[in-house]
Amino acid sequence: MKQFLIFVKKEWLHIWRDRRTLFILLFMPIIQIILYGFALTNEVKNSKIAIFDQSKDEATVMISDEIAASRYFNLVKNVYTYKDMEATFRKGEIRMAIVFPPAFRYDLLHSNHAQIQLIADASDPNTANTLTNYATAVINDYQQTLDPDQRLPYTIKTEVRMLYNPELKGAYNFVPGVMALVLMLVCAMMTSIAIVKEKEMGTMEVILVSPLKPFRIIIAKTIPYLLISMLNIASILLLSVYALDVPVAGNLGLLIAESILFTITSLSVGILISNTAKTQQTAMFTSMMSLFLPTLLFSGFMFPIENMPVPLQVISNIVPAKWYFIIVKEVMIKGLGFTAVWKETLILVIMTTALLGISIYKFKIRLG
Amino acid sequence: MRMLKILLWKELIQIYRDPAIIRILFIMPMIQLLILPLAADYEIKNINLGVVDHDHTEYSRKLVSKIVSSGYFRLKDYSATFQQGLNAIESDKTDLILEIPPHFERDMVNENKAPLLVAVDAVNGVKAGLGGAYIQGIIQDDNQDIRAQWIPEQHFNPRPVIEVTTADWYNPHMNYRVFMVPGILVMLVTMIGSSFASNNIVREKEMGTIEQINVSPIGKAQFILGKLIPFWMLALTVLTIGLLIARFVYGIVPLGHYVTIYIFATIYLLAILGLGLLLSTYAQTQQQSMLVSFFVTMIFNLLSGLYTPIESMPAWAQMITRFNPVSYFIEVMRMVMLKGSGLADIKYQIFALLGFAVVFNGWAILNYRKRSG
Repeated sequence: MKQFLIFVKKEWLHIWRDRRTLFILLFMPIIQIILYGFALTNEVKNSKIAIFDQSKDEATVMISDEIAASRYFNLVKNVYTYKDMEATFRKGEIRMAIVFPPAFRYDLLHSNHAQIQLIADASDPNTANTLTNYATAVINDYQQTLDPDQRLPYTIKTEVRMLYNPELKGAYNFVPGVMALVLMLVCAMMTSIAIVKEKEMGTMEVILVSPLKPFRIIIAKTIPYLLISMLNIASILLLSVYALDVPVAGNLGLLIAESILFTITSLSVGILISNTAKTQQTAMFTSMMSLFLPTLLFSGFMFPIENMPVPLQVISNIVPAKWYFIIVKEVMIKGLGFTAVWKETLILVIMTTALLGISIYKFKIRLG
Repeated sequence: MRMLKILLWKELIQIYRDPAIIRILFIMPMIQLLILPLAADYEIKNINLGVVDHDHTEYSRKLVSKIVSSGYFRLKDYSATFQQGLNAIESDKTDLILEIPPHFERDMVNENKAPLLVAVDAVNGVKAGLGGAYIQGIIQDDNQDIRAQWIPEQHFNPRPVIEVTTADWYNPHMNYRVFMVPGILVMLVTMIGSSFASNNIVREKEMGTIEQINVSPIGKAQFILGKLIPFWMLALTVLTIGLLIARFVYGIVPLGHYVTIYIFATIYLLAILGLGLLLSTYAQTQQQSMLVSFFVTMIFNLLSGLYTPIESMPAWAQMITRFNPVSYFIEVMRMVMLKGSGLADIKYQIFALLGFAVVFNGWAILNYRKRSG
């Protein structure tokens, strides 16, 4: 045990002396939370639009003003021909154009019917949809003002209640996601590289002749990363509560216990990768391609899993981050207890045991 | 010049002899490009619906079937009480509860108005917002139908009506993949190019082989070029494979010219590889350089406009995107492939990237000299 602790201390010194790496490891979660919290939003606002007004009358000017005043739109250009409009789209200057036909107001007053055309750059379908919805709403509002005192019979009044996250903040979804991503990165990627490094540099041989059992050596290498991960969880949770106003609704102890479990899962993945890779470069790419991207994709925090084709939905089940993401969501955001997440916890426990089992097995073969 | 040729030859042989690199370079991006676009589907559909119907009338059943037939909702749970419906949300079985109060139909007929409650699991704000909006839209629609049905028809419409028609250009079928594939391709090329480049010099440092190069008469610019050109060729090959997959798997035929894409990619790669080499001259160990380049590319990717629109970002973040080569390439790829933009349309982006290429590579050359001199 004493030897083991000495070994852990040696590993810790390695990391401690490489200040740049340590700095990035501790700083990465903070940057991620800041980016996701303040910079990345799917909300559509300030979208650049152009107006092609062939009528230029009181009504079109009023509608244009209403649209330009909305925070969703940013009127950057008036165009005067269809050709001009097309060129503006092609340069990527606008996302939508609003076309008023000639004699708009005349038609509206005399035949009670006038047309507006919204042309959206649908290369991004979601934004295009949202923008045409917003513009239609503004136009409908204007239409209401034309005929203010109508009373509507048979009205269904829908009350919409947003549970857990009444302000619809993105943070409620991405804080659990960033936790999964950061723990996976720090633990799996760093451990896998740290172990392969010794192999590549030839120093592994030296360590293996020491009286410590090989597998203990590996475990000793992972412990410093476990500590760093705990610091990361702490900084993410502090930022989440104090900077983003996302409180921990459930039991903090349970949340931390689950996080430690997931950290151990990630460390086991790292050990497994380092068992198969021969160079740091390969280890790095294997972790990036088989951990980072799948975690981003299949944890459910960026893209809805239920939209994916069935085979991918099945694959998502073997991504540990998916289960951890669900656990954090339930415990931290919804404030549920262990009874709500025991199934997911059990899955993580089984995965960890299996990963460690395979690693020990392969490890013996390699060195035997 | 001869020196550069020899250096290039050495690098190419080194790459060629490492089967792991070849695997990583060619097979992984292909797999990624085949899987990622299928998974990266933001479109909100398949919202799981739970219904708590206290009314049990023909009307309430019709409303539910109308919501389900819209294609956005899947009926997953029918509960007797709101509490049970809530349990279904807590266990992630449903995303949204529609509660129809008792006497819904009667109130509608007698009092001319009736309430409905929709409760949404809002942990994912985007999904909740859109889901709530969809269901309200369907209910409003239904409301219109009821009026049309129950109010005697009027032949003359006295109210002025503005008809809004919409046209979806550049992607009329609103196919999300058409939007994502060019962006994902950029991300893959960037990740592969920059991490290999950033790893390369530092690897020689760590293995000790850089000493040999330092005592040879190779100039520093030649050395950097010798490191840059092989990865530049590899990255262009990866891009080519990606464009082939885009064309033959996803049926995305660029509206613009492939030539435009390659001209831009050439300049882009000079910039991004230069950045990788620059990081490499600073790092001491491979672990460090990989972590730093990973960290930088992660920030670049998140702030590139691939996942979320740049205009929605706050001013400081938009400022950062101007210094982010990735955001230019993603924009250009989407413009050329989907809108058919030509060289004249992307002038600004080309000049910006030329600037990055000169700065990053120049800096890398200067910095390399300091370290070895």
